[in-house]
Amino acid sequence: MSLINYSSREINCKIVYYGPGLGGKTTNIQYVYDKLNPDTKGKLVTLATEMDRTLFFDFLPLELGTVKGFKTRFHLYTVPGQVYYNASRKLILRGVDGIVFVADSDECRIDANVEALYNLHENLEEHNLKLDEIPFVMQWNKRDVPSALPTDELETELNPEGFKSFEAVAISGDGVFDTLKCVSKEVLHKLN
Amino acid sequence: MVKADWSIYEEDYWAMNSVMSDLLKSSNSRSSLLIDRTGQLITNVGTPPDFDVQAFASLCAADFEANNQLAQLIGEKDFSTLYHQGVEDSMYLARIARDVILVVLFDKSTTLGLVRLRVKRAVDELSAIVERLFEKLEYRNEEYDENGGMDAELAEGIESEIDKLFAD
Repeated sequence: MSLINYSSREINCKIVYYGPGLGGKTTNIQYVYDKLNPDTKGKLVTLATEMDRTLFFDFLPLELGTVKGFKTRFHLYTVPGQVYYNASRKLILRGVDGIVFVADSDECRIDANVEALYNLHENLEEHNLKLDEIPFVMQWNKRDVPSALPTDELETELNPEGFKSFEAVAISGDGVFDTLKCVSKEVLHKLN
Repeated sequence: MVKADWSIYEEDYWAMNSVMSDLLKSSNSRSSLLIDRTGQLITNVGTPPDFDVQAFASLCAADFEANNQLAQLIGEKDFSTLYHQGVEDSMYLARIARDVILVVLFDKSTTLGLVRLRVKRAVDELSAIVERLFEKLEYRNEEYDENGGMDAELAEGIESEIDKLFAD
């Protein structure tokens, strides 16, 4: 739910990284945090277990420059991927403006990807939203693993609607900024 | 003009700030924040916080929302207020109309009872402002839909900032 504050001249938008457990959502955010200048990012909040599995969410506020007197911020969130944290995932999706689905390219994780995508549809429905109404970008992460499925198979299985997609190796940063740039612009176009 | 899901206009912003300033004075609290339930900070009044307010706002919203889910699990509609007690500082959260959260930070120079009492009045006043704001928004969004168009220069400028920020 984008917020424009005409008094303080701020535009705020919320982008959520969704996907199966251990797929690379937190890795994406962590890479963004590590690479950006300190004056463009806020505090990275990570609510995680002792084993570094996301428990509730990760949060990173990013500040773009001032344009026509408006300060634009993107708030990045990740959801916990493990199946039993569905209540938390539902909460984090509230007011979402754009979604990145981080899919795990490893062939043994195809079922987890499908389940996570189905879960996303379900949770969006509870917020009276549909996937084709929100800026949505797919990321085929872990392209570096030997057992990664070919992208055309991933596209067939997970992206029959043909949303924009990017290959990525989040741990080294490949594709992270391309994905984020795309979803940010789509959110901006929707504001138009 | 940019179409968003909701917008804060100057007169409403200052009206909210005025209610919150009165709240701080009458309850002897340190500071007060207004946060929307998606975790975005609307305004803060009082002693400037010495912590990251963006992170704080997102955590407050998540905290409130998680507690509402707990409420529903036990058969309640929601928990309209939350209280977190610290050794030196405490915080009191209350739901305003239309998915907005009021947060009050206070220390030992006041009491929870006084804060709760003053917040109750502030909630009514802020709810009225928020409801008026949403009525205005519905009218303006209709206007927007009729006239169409937006500030292309603003959109281009933001796109260019996106390219700069996320350049590899």
